[in-house]
Amino acid sequence: MIGAPLARVDGRAKVTGAARYSYEEQPAHVAYAVIVTSTIAVGRIASIDGTEALSRRGVLAVLTHDNAPRVRQDAASPGDRKLRLLQDDRVLYDRQPVALVVAESFEVATEAAARVRVTYAAETPATTMNAPGAVTYEPPEANQNPADSARGSFDSAFAAAPVRIDQTYVTPTEFHNPMEPHATTAAWDGNRLTLYDASQGVFDRRKSIAAIFGLPESGVRVVTKFVGGGFGSKGGTNAHTALAAMAARLVGRPVKIVLTRPDMFGGHGYRPRTEQHLRIGADTSGRLLALAHDVRSQASRFENFIENSAVISRMLYAVPNQVTTHRGVRYDVATPTFMRAPGESSGSFALESAMDELAYATGVDPLALRLLNYTETDPDQHGKPFSSKSLRRCYAEGAARFGWSQRPPQVRATRTADGLLVGYGMASSTYPANRSSSAAMATVHSDGSAYVTSGACDIGTGAYTAFTQIAAEALGIDVAHVRFDLGDTLMPEAARAGGSQQTASVANAVHLAGIAVRDKLAAAAVADAASPLHGRRLDDMTFARGRIALRERPELGETYVAILQRAGVSSMSAFAEAKHDRRVKGPYSTHAFGAHFAEVHVDPDFGTVRLARMVSAFAAGRIVNSRMARSQYMGGVVWGVSMALHEEGRIDERSGRYMNANLENYLVPVNADIPEIDIVLVDEEDPHVNPLGIKGIGEIGIVGMNAAVANAVFHATEKRVRDLPIRPEKLL
Amino acid sequence: MRPFSYARARTEQDAFSTLAQTARGAYLAGGTNLIDLIKLEVAKPDAVIDINALPLAAIETTPSGELRIGALARMSDTADHPALRSAAPAISQALNLSASAQLRNMATIGGNVLQRTRCVYFRDISQPCNKRRPGSGCSAIGGDDRKMAILGANDRCIAVHPSDFAVAMLLVDATIHLRGPAGERTVPFLGFHRLPDDPSRDTNIQPGELITALTFMPSALTRSSTYIKVRDRASYEFALVSVAAALEVTGGTIRDARIGLGGVAHAPWRSREAEAVLIGKVPSRDLFTAAAEAGLQAAVPQRLNRFKIRMAKNAMIRALTSVGMPA
Ligand SMILES: Cc1cc2nc3c(=O)[nH]c(=O)nc-3n(C[C@H](O)[C@H](O)[C@H](O)COP(=O)(O)OP(=O)(O)OC[C@H]3O[C@@H](n4cnc5c(N)ncnc54)[C@H](O)[C@@H]3O)c2cc1C
Ligand code: SF4
Repeated sequence: MIGAPLARVDGRAKVTGAARYSYEEQPAHVAYAVIVTSTIAVGRIASIDGTEALSRRGVLAVLTHDNAPRVRQDAASPGDRKLRLLQDDRVLYDRQPVALVVAESFEVATEAAARVRVTYAAETPATTMNAPGAVTYEPPEANQNPADSARGSFDSAFAAAPVRIDQTYVTPTEFHNPMEPHATTAAWDGNRLTLYDASQGVFDRRKSIAAIFGLPESGVRVVTKFVGGGFGSKGGTNAHTALAAMAARLVGRPVKIVLTRPDMFGGHGYRPRTEQHLRIGADTSGRLLALAHDVRSQASRFENFIENSAVISRMLYAVPNQVTTHRGVRYDVATPTFMRAPGESSGSFALESAMDELAYATGVDPLALRLLNYTETDPDQHGKPFSSKSLRRCYAEGAARFGWSQRPPQVRATRTADGLLVGYGMASSTYPANRSSSAAMATVHSDGSAYVTSGACDIGTGAYTAFTQIAAEALGIDVAHVRFDLGDTLMPEAARAGGSQQTASVANAVHLAGIAVRDKLAAAAVADAASPLHGRRLDDMTFARGRIALRERPELGETYVAILQRAGVSSMSAFAEAKHDRRVKGPYSTHAFGAHFAEVHVDPDFGTVRLARMVSAFAAGRIVNSRMARSQYMGGVVWGVSMALHEEGRIDERSGRYMNANLENYLVPVNADIPEIDIVLVDEEDPHVNPLGIKGIGEIGIVGMNAAVANAVFHATEKRVRDLPIRPEKLL
Repeated sequence: MRPFSYARARTEQDAFSTLAQTARGAYLAGGTNLIDLIKLEVAKPDAVIDINALPLAAIETTPSGELRIGALARMSDTADHPALRSAAPAISQALNLSASAQLRNMATIGGNVLQRTRCVYFRDISQPCNKRRPGSGCSAIGGDDRKMAILGANDRCIAVHPSDFAVAMLLVDATIHLRGPAGERTVPFLGFHRLPDDPSRDTNIQPGELITALTFMPSALTRSSTYIKVRDRASYEFALVSVAAALEVTGGTIRDARIGLGGVAHAPWRSREAEAVLIGKVPSRDLFTAAAEAGLQAAVPQRLNRFKIRMAKNAMIRALTSVGMPA
């Protein structure tokens, strides 16, 4: 059952509309809130007047910093979030919440919100990394990694290297825009709060909200049944969730909030702009001697989040002499956050572009260059072995499918029949295989069905389906009779859906819980003189299709239904926890790997780039569901193309406002931009990474794809674009 | 969005009189631009008068041989109309390269011609904008001006007209039929859209007037036309620059030429300079290059869009090559 391309168990509910998303919860007497956001990037609210808004029929309340209930806005987690919850008159970024209007309908609230009159005492914002007021700082860490690293002696090795690459690569500010915007429905019952929240982790959310409102965690329930995409944006707690709870308490009714698309470009995190200085020293054959990766990451003035772009350079290739650094550059912007493959996606653009530059500088084929510098052990962890690494096979299988050997070594050498320039590019990909403690509960009912829960989130990845498969296999019950439920803090605690860790973390817990119930059923049978399994050994039994049998004599056995009925109980349950302490480093370094190959066609007259073909091969341990894995990888690849060619938050440097805060002007690819994507699933068995051998696949798809496209563009045009996105003007 | 009243007009007179009773009423056709602007509070009509019930959706060939496109004809129906496709392929192409299939099914030809600029400062009411609030200043100047005008702009407004269709209509010497409370009039399509002397006025339509139809006489020139659109992604995106070109070539000589440029100016831009280079000459790559140079000679880029000049020249050369020297 594990590995089968099972269709999504929640697919029908989603396409028929039966699946209820957080904003679709409709508790009795629910009211609707709309956030008023700032139109300046830094300064003070000079005056705010909600009188006109309040006078509109159907308006229940207008909250501003003058009258909002006091809460602890610095208490959210994870990360050290300092939310802006209408507690004071300071404006720290564009589109910061400055008021909240609560009304009988969304339409009335929206109209009244536009009638709240705000005047500002604006200050001059610093709006770029190099603006006079921007402040560079040394962060304590880079997104849970050491900010700096060093091995060998970079300076002397680089100075002595016969071939040197020394370039700066820029990735722009990017905003996550899942189909489902941020949304929350909040309902109080006395001092107990229930939140239906579009989140990537109900337990994280509960912790933050409890701290903000000074409640015990047991007083807050967070429910997240369906999420229309998260990509990191719904990992941290954002202001609207707390504001919904605040408003609900004030008006004494449930309150729901959904963000507008423009406000998705406000204070809910984004991928920060990076400027990455890469220096590579190599010998004339292309062998790496020295590598420095120095990152400057856009940061807010009031919180710490650093894009860990250089982390990938620490482990991807065999480099004896290396330094990496991360610095934050604070200016008057909101705080960035995790966005699909934070660090690796932006960092791979720099590293894999620089590797491509080295390939041309040395005349070595880009793929051969990667093989030349292949490392079998993790140079960032003193040569610790990888739990498994099948990157060679990803290169080989991807290259074969793509026809990489047909690539002419010269640049600007090939044209299509209608005169477009043809280019081939490739890049490596990797993402760490993370894991956190998770727990699950499994129950087998006397009708033979099973119900398994864990408080995980399905952010569109297919968690419902994957864990159904894991549970079915562990329980020995067909998937059709297993129901898996998730997304509720009343369930056993689970890892959040972020950092590509949820499947590996929760699957191991679900597996243990399934095995535990199965064993309980077997124990009941063994102890029961009326059972054909009476007195038999557990080790001799098999579990399949809801029945226990002896391995050697399959006809001897009985069903779970029979065992439960004889025992006179309606069900048997077991709870299990798969513990994992991320701070304790095991004997292996754990990563998934992959390789991208792309063909682009560039119109030499217009500078427009279109993808012609893409082949991406990944090895990420055991694949739970090949159909969903393919979709997940494809989504990553599409986003990599988007990063290469389309996405970019465009700030007005005078005002500090992102002026393309909508899906008309914040470009992502449309179907016509994406040709067929050939995903190669490279088999990999990993006996070490965790008991089930599962690595995460959520993020690796995007890593390196941007560089593969940029490298193909260079091959086509002889133009090296080092700042994304690759807009036509950069090639004209 | 502000509350507004809604009425459905049964006749044109009904539309005029209903509008006359409002302070800031607006006609609603497909709504794909108006509703957007109402939500953004860029448009603040107190009344919306739905004109979709008026009998203005026909596309027909008149007895005199003219093509007549009703103002309420949907973009999709117009694009796919066989008579139009052969009479002026550039117009069909321009429509099919516009927006998305869903939008084209909804949006009308009249609304398309009257759609407002996509300038991001115009569409964000927190920003000063002379078009939205005369005299408040132009935020695009010195701001994100990548998509702004390179021809005919001034220090009051550097916005561009977003329509593809309107650029192609420059090729056919079209006539706009208007009807208002004061009666009926016709104006040439060329000159209907204004340069930004007064940025608050996009066109020369008068308050209360309805566009009823667009007409033109197909000719050898219009039949030999094409439209090229360059944009940041492959589909569903406004033009960075676009070119509509028509050439009448007889006996190896260009008898007549029309060139329209899109994405470059406050109005769909007819390039008489380029046309003048072409007329009477023998088609050649060099000639087309010379025409493109002449067409963009007056161009003045903004900070971030110098590339548009080269892009527009190359688009013009490609469009002329495809109609004037087909492979
Ligand atoms: C996402 C998106 C992408 C787009 N991409 C493109 C593109 O690539 N190329 C392109 O050309 N366009 C594009 N458009 C614009 C689209 O073509 C216009 O919105 C549409 O043509 C407007 O027509 P409508 O009937 O919906 O007009 P409405 O929104 O109903 O009206 C627009 C204006 O015209 C007035 N009006 C309408 N009809 C009449 C009439 N008969 N007489 C007098 N006044 C009238 C209305 O009062 C209003 O002021 C895009 C739009 C969107 C939303
Ligand atoms: S370019 Fe025109 S529309 Fe844009 S801000 Fe300036 S005045 Fe307004």
